[in-house]
Amino acid sequence: MLVPTKKQRFQANVLPHLNSAFNLACWLTRSRQDAEDVVQEAYLRAFKFFDGFHGDDSRAWLLTIVRNTFYTWYQEQQKQRQETAFDEEMHDFGAVDVAGMAFADNNPETLLMQKDSERQLQQALQALPLEFREVMVMRELEELSYKQIAAIVGIPIGTVMSRLGRGRKLLAAILAPARQEA
Amino acid sequence: MMDHQETLELLPAFADQELGIVETQEVQRHLDSCPDCQREYAAQRIVSARFKKDAIYFNAPPHLAQRIGNALPPEPARAGSRRFSWISLGGALAAGLALVLGLGLYLNLPSDQERLTDEVVASHVRSLQVDHLSDVVSSDQHTVKPWFNGKLDFSPPVVDLAPQGFPLVGGRLDYLAGRPVAALVYRRAKHPINLYIWPSNERDAAPQLQNHQGYHLVRWTWDGMNYWTISDLAANELQNFVGLVRSTVRQ
Ligand SMILES: [Zn+2]
Repeated sequence: MLVPTKKQRFQANVLPHLNSAFNLACWLTRSRQDAEDVVQEAYLRAFKFFDGFHGDDSRAWLLTIVRNTFYTWYQEQQKQRQETAFDEEMHDFGAVDVAGMAFADNNPETLLMQKDSERQLQQALQALPLEFREVMVMRELEELSYKQIAAIVGIPIGTVMSRLGRGRKLLAAILAPARQEA
Repeated sequence: MMDHQETLELLPAFADQELGIVETQEVQRHLDSCPDCQREYAAQRIVSARFKKDAIYFNAPPHLAQRIGNALPPEPARAGSRRFSWISLGGALAAGLALVLGLGLYLNLPSDQERLTDEVVASHVRSLQVDHLSDVVSSDQHTVKPWFNGKLDFSPPVVDLAPQGFPLVGGRLDYLAGRPVAALVYRRAKHPINLYIWPSNERDAAPQLQNHQGYHLVRWTWDGMNYWTISDLAANELQNFVGLVRSTVRQ
């Protein structure tokens, strides 16, 4: 009789969370292409560390690795940018891929994007600083608990709460600047 | 008594139902008499709801699973070992199923419950593949319920929980524990929930939660029916769903 190999156990436990991994990576990188690279790298890392994983929350575990992989990637990007010192590119980083990633293919998400209020929201979200965007995506889209988010991001639960609170206020302000000033 | 500043700080967690009972009550008490906090609470809820409703959920493209599979280090070949491929996410997940069944054989003592758990997870995973969540797509319980007529030898209770945030999206026939069962599909935000129902001659049993392969499952028996539900929702949300199903079915 067969004992499952590491690869087989990995497939059964970690692969089912591919959508969550990709969703988070898209929101962090703001680009489908970069998200694919980050997710692939994260899966390779996860596979390497899989022997050391004994918990039952494989989704949160994977997302921790996706997030760490992203930040490593992000720092390299920043460094390269500083070296080449293309100011325009830096400024464009936020805005460009919003459209790029949404219109890159023909899936239903693309069609959704064409609706105005949704596009407005999407752009507002993409403009949020990373530290807020990541906790909001984990809470609202992945529906993780404060405790799970705290473990993934490596911050106290109280900080998860205040980041969500501030992130929502910020988002409301971006969406309705006129009302805020009044 | 909680003061204004403390309450303001706790409002995000209050809106997310992440506070303990005592704190929840204290925040509620302050909220009842403070228009400022009421406004702030409403603002938190509105942004959160809009995010959930309108933000894009980026599903992985089909080729990504294959790309990752190709990039993983190759395993040393073993005599007689079953070959698994990463042809597609579907293929890989089917492989996961084969593995689960193979593992059961290896241990040689899978209890019925364990085997059923594996079957339910496999069915759930399968249902998430290429549009096979439901055969009858309807949010109307009066459409879904008759659809099962003639397809099953029992009539599953079909309830809609849209007002409570768990809209019914459809139903399909599935096969579990060696028999056809009703699978009802609900959603919570972007997360599908499968609810399986089939007749039982066992005694009523209270809901039992378990975690398997990153999914939460709850099973219970009531009034001659077995119920199993599974989702990648947080445990408390799925339990909340179970509570709603149970109270609605009893009515
Ligand atoms: Zn107040």
